[in-house]
Amino acid sequence: MTAVDEIKIGGMGASRRRVEDNRFIRGKGNYVDDIVLPGMLHMEILRSPLAHARIRSIDASKAWAMPGVRLVLTGETMAARNLAWMPTLSYDTQAVLATDKVRFQGQEVACVIADDPYIAKDACEAIVVDYEPLPPIVNPMQSLADGAPLIRDDKENQADNVIYDWEVGDKAGTDRAFDQADLVSKIELHYPRSHPSPIECCGSIADFNRSTSKLTVYLTTQAPHIIRAAVALVAELPEQMIRIVSPDIGGGFGNKVPVYPGYVASILASILLERPVKWIEDRTGNLISTGFARDIYLQGELALRNDGRILGVRMKATADHGAFFSDAQPSKFKIGLMHSAFACYDIPYAHLEARGVYTNKAPGGVAYRCSFRVTEAMFFQERMVQAAADDLGMDQAEFRRVNFVRDDDFPHRTPYGFLTDSGQYAKCLDVGLEAIGYQDFLKEKEEAAKRGRLLGIGISTMTEPLGAGNSREYDILGIKMFDSAELKIHMTGKALLRTGAKSQGQGHETTWAQIVAHELGLPAEDVLVEEGDTDTAPFGMGTYASRSTPVAGAAVAMVSRKIRAKARKIAAHLLEISEEDVEWELGRFYVRSQPDRGVTIQECAMAAYSNMPDGMEPGLENVAFYDPPNLTWPFACYIVTVEVDPETGVWDVLRLVAVDDCGVRINPMIVEGQIMGGLTEAYAMANMQFITFDEQGNCIGSNFTDYLLPTAWETPGFELHEVVTPCPHHPIGAKGIGECAAVGGPAAFVNAVMDALKGTGVRNIDMPVFPDRVYQALQTGQDVSGAPPVRTEEI
Amino acid sequence: MIKLRFASPEMLVDINEISDLGYHRVDADGSIHVGALCRHADLERSALLATRQPTMAAAAPLVADPIVRNRGTLVGSLCHADPQGDWASVMVSLNASVVAQGRNGRRTIPVKELVRGPFQTTLAYDEVVVEAIAPAPQGEAAGGYLKLERRVGDFATVGVAVSVDRIGSQVTRAGIGLTGVGGSTISADDAAQVLVGGSLTAEAIGEAASLAAQAAQPRTDHRGSASYKRHLVSVFTTRLLNGLIRTEEEAA
Amino acid sequence: MTSLFQEVNPGAAAETPTREITVKVNGESRTAVVEPRLVLAHLLRQGFHLTGTHTGCDTSNCGACTVLFDGKPVKSCTLFAVQADGHDVMTVEGLAGPSELHAIQEGFKEEHGLQCGFCTPGMMMASKALLDENPNPTEDEIRWALSGNLCRCTGYQNIVKAVMWAAKKLEDQ
Repeated sequence: MTAVDEIKIGGMGASRRRVEDNRFIRGKGNYVDDIVLPGMLHMEILRSPLAHARIRSIDASKAWAMPGVRLVLTGETMAARNLAWMPTLSYDTQAVLATDKVRFQGQEVACVIADDPYIAKDACEAIVVDYEPLPPIVNPMQSLADGAPLIRDDKENQADNVIYDWEVGDKAGTDRAFDQADLVSKIELHYPRSHPSPIECCGSIADFNRSTSKLTVYLTTQAPHIIRAAVALVAELPEQMIRIVSPDIGGGFGNKVPVYPGYVASILASILLERPVKWIEDRTGNLISTGFARDIYLQGELALRNDGRILGVRMKATADHGAFFSDAQPSKFKIGLMHSAFACYDIPYAHLEARGVYTNKAPGGVAYRCSFRVTEAMFFQERMVQAAADDLGMDQAEFRRVNFVRDDDFPHRTPYGFLTDSGQYAKCLDVGLEAIGYQDFLKEKEEAAKRGRLLGIGISTMTEPLGAGNSREYDILGIKMFDSAELKIHMTGKALLRTGAKSQGQGHETTWAQIVAHELGLPAEDVLVEEGDTDTAPFGMGTYASRSTPVAGAAVAMVSRKIRAKARKIAAHLLEISEEDVEWELGRFYVRSQPDRGVTIQECAMAAYSNMPDGMEPGLENVAFYDPPNLTWPFACYIVTVEVDPETGVWDVLRLVAVDDCGVRINPMIVEGQIMGGLTEAYAMANMQFITFDEQGNCIGSNFTDYLLPTAWETPGFELHEVVTPCPHHPIGAKGIGECAAVGGPAAFVNAVMDALKGTGVRNIDMPVFPDRVYQALQTGQDVSGAPPVRTEEI
Repeated sequence: MIKLRFASPEMLVDINEISDLGYHRVDADGSIHVGALCRHADLERSALLATRQPTMAAAAPLVADPIVRNRGTLVGSLCHADPQGDWASVMVSLNASVVAQGRNGRRTIPVKELVRGPFQTTLAYDEVVVEAIAPAPQGEAAGGYLKLERRVGDFATVGVAVSVDRIGSQVTRAGIGLTGVGGSTISADDAAQVLVGGSLTAEAIGEAASLAAQAAQPRTDHRGSASYKRHLVSVFTTRLLNGLIRTEEEAA
Repeated sequence: MTSLFQEVNPGAAAETPTREITVKVNGESRTAVVEPRLVLAHLLRQGFHLTGTHTGCDTSNCGACTVLFDGKPVKSCTLFAVQADGHDVMTVEGLAGPSELHAIQEGFKEEHGLQCGFCTPGMMMASKALLDENPNPTEDEIRWALSGNLCRCTGYQNIVKAVMWAAKKLEDQ
């Protein structure tokens, strides 16, 4: 007998084909809208056409009178049950249905529950709302201006439109560093409002059973246990009587973490009607009202020494949160992990000031593969680095090398106080430069310039914190951000694993089994993985911010080890030796002095039910809750080359090279899939994805004709490379990866276009770098901002 | 329109089942006839257009996306009268007409007179367009269509259709249609006229491009400023016409 | 009659027009009584419980609803069910044979051409239409043919590989 072959059994490192595909390729996925319950009714939402207005009256009489309409909910009916407002995940409140005012275009004003969705929509149109328009605010400058209308006049003690002021870092030290600088490089940027826009919109089916008093809600959520807690809080139902089921989710990207008014309304409707109520939003509802991403302004400065060393960093960030502060993010950090910026560079001083404001736009800010605003941090970082290198007249790669934290400098305290534990940043950059053919491209660029062609190359390097997070520092609404795994080994050696995570395409059903295979030698195909049902899954904080492999994945490893520890005792009993003489190799325990004598893990499993050692509890099941000791620190280098058409401003990607280190890769195929998805979103944000507002607060970008997602035709090809630095504290050496490319990618594209425009005097064009903006920059030699309101006057 | 609840007609007549309207062909006189049910996809794959009508051939692949092209029709696009519609510019540049059939028989309407404004045509309420006709070229047909779309299926930021008939190097007839730079499709007649009677010289092209840009009435919006769009009209017109010079030299 | 009874809602507008239609879905003739404004995607999903076809947008952009209509890919959210009367519709549920998967389905799994799976049925139907017309497409031809189907997860590169895998398998057969 020998150890089993790890790759053959689908252990770590195997590009195991996905288990979940079996149903998806047959069209047998089980998404929320696929679920049908007996007696189910359908809910549609009436949304406000105005961005800021007082509600004078709502007349729903015609809607009530329509055949097939069962219930109409307005803010008034919600208020009577104390449900017109609900707490958000950021200690603010959010309107479920508007009562006094509407505060963004698209805000939920009323709900109709009817026999079918068409009737529900018909009835919504029959509701007459009398609005008194108020002046709308579409950017923070307007929010903070003297005499600006007060958006949150519903809040006691809210005298203006400021949500928070927050700072971190060493102000005095940073000021000194700037005083000593040879050169200060400044840049102002707007990271525009974007939206995760998974292809499946949000939705829920609330099913309150009067006989059992149990509420079951099927919904599109990345964090079912958080929803259960929120529902218990908001609906004031006992927590054990609430079951949240997150079935198959058609993409999350952070869009499906917040608690949306539609969910709450459908729950109330079900309780009142004692029938299941289904609400599936349409794309407009999704884009105009659900958790958007970014919309943040930066003034950044780097204090530089002539030899290229960065002495200090100053960042002033203003975050536009829309009408309600509703982000899911660690409560201690108002601006998320923005202060993870510059973690890969050895810089002694940094200071960040952040302010959050209300505007008349949909609520949100933290979403879309952002790792809690790390997308913003790394975008700002690499744009600042690019500008600084140019200001110094230094080569982009060389400037980064001069400032990187060195391989032997760990653990390293970053300028804002994070602790990084490992990295090979220079090597990562070198792999990227070699792959793109850096020196050759620079020559090619020079030659092309002589013929009037504009080529550019953009580099983005970073390390980012993934895997929130340790209980000392991380919590959402006070709940610590651990995660969990429960493993049951059946008597025939097959297993059932459940975790507190919730895959929306990341492949957990496939990869978690690979970890079990790695730890126990059980073939991955013998391990069934389930997630998403709060009645059966152990408590977890869900899947977002690339936290699952670092936290839930670690829990899977830990619970497997607990199982193995018990199995070892069983093995000793079966082999009739003492435990000290038992050795383990993948899949079997054996006698140290007689390696041929051993028992398989499957035999131990059977014995746990049929032949236990004296005094041992029978069975072979366990659960592990994992509180990560630290975040993991994947790092990356993204390099993009482009050509810009000076006549039209259109730019094309020539090549895209990505070098990623995410530690040990459980399933290389899936890891690469995550990277490619992230790179696509990076490209989309840099090139075309845009939500903006006009002077009246109208949202431009609330459907796919205005909010552009790239197709297979525009999306560039990807060249992927890897560096592997195992995470020193993670049980299997793995790090998060899902978001890295979306975090580090956008700057590479923008840097490339700006590089093509080098020498024209233009230092910044806000994303999306639309052709008209590039053209405008070339014509004027000046930076181009993309901040709302959208320009409507002739230039 | 119905799905988005912009329109709620009491009665909708579906013409998709009418057989024998899916044709497109060249008549003996050289005119090109496109039946009401000829899909964009049919035109995209058409060997006939590829050899006979380069402006139409250039535009067909750029309409919407490949799946929508299986259902949408050229005639339908003209009747929809969306200022962002690609076909209208093409047909305007070809001096094309549509044949409308009503209770009182058939009548021919030049495409330039078909559109009254955004999404409004001069069709009577009981008329249906059965065919579009591009007149026979006065010589050899040349031309093309350029469109700035930020992704497949995007509405045009700007689209320019150029159509030029030539005998040898002499231009006998020309047409330029502009997409997305006005309340409806724009026929840049002055610009086109500049090209007629001579060959495609750099001066003529420059003047045509400039006049085409002037004919545009773009709006500044989230797709770009009015001046940018005008500039693109000039760039696309120039590129299209320059492309014809090269082709001609190769053919000579 | 497909059920023992059908409840008629009191006060249901008697004037609500309905039409009886017969559609061949995945080779099987199905008859239904529908409102004229019912879109084909909803007939398939809610009427026939073929939930493999998905809806993802309001403006005919995303292609998640793509089915084959008389062999050609169409966006079923932009067709009325009544327009399918007398026609042939193939959905993702009709891809696999009685005992084995279609090469396209296998290719998507082999090459990791899906993650959340929501765009996948539409993507595969559009791919099938492509391979039916062009059994040996280049990468560009695949990307062009699929440019009416949006995916947020994969970045398309593996989808292209999946289609090429399927093309090769079909060729070898």
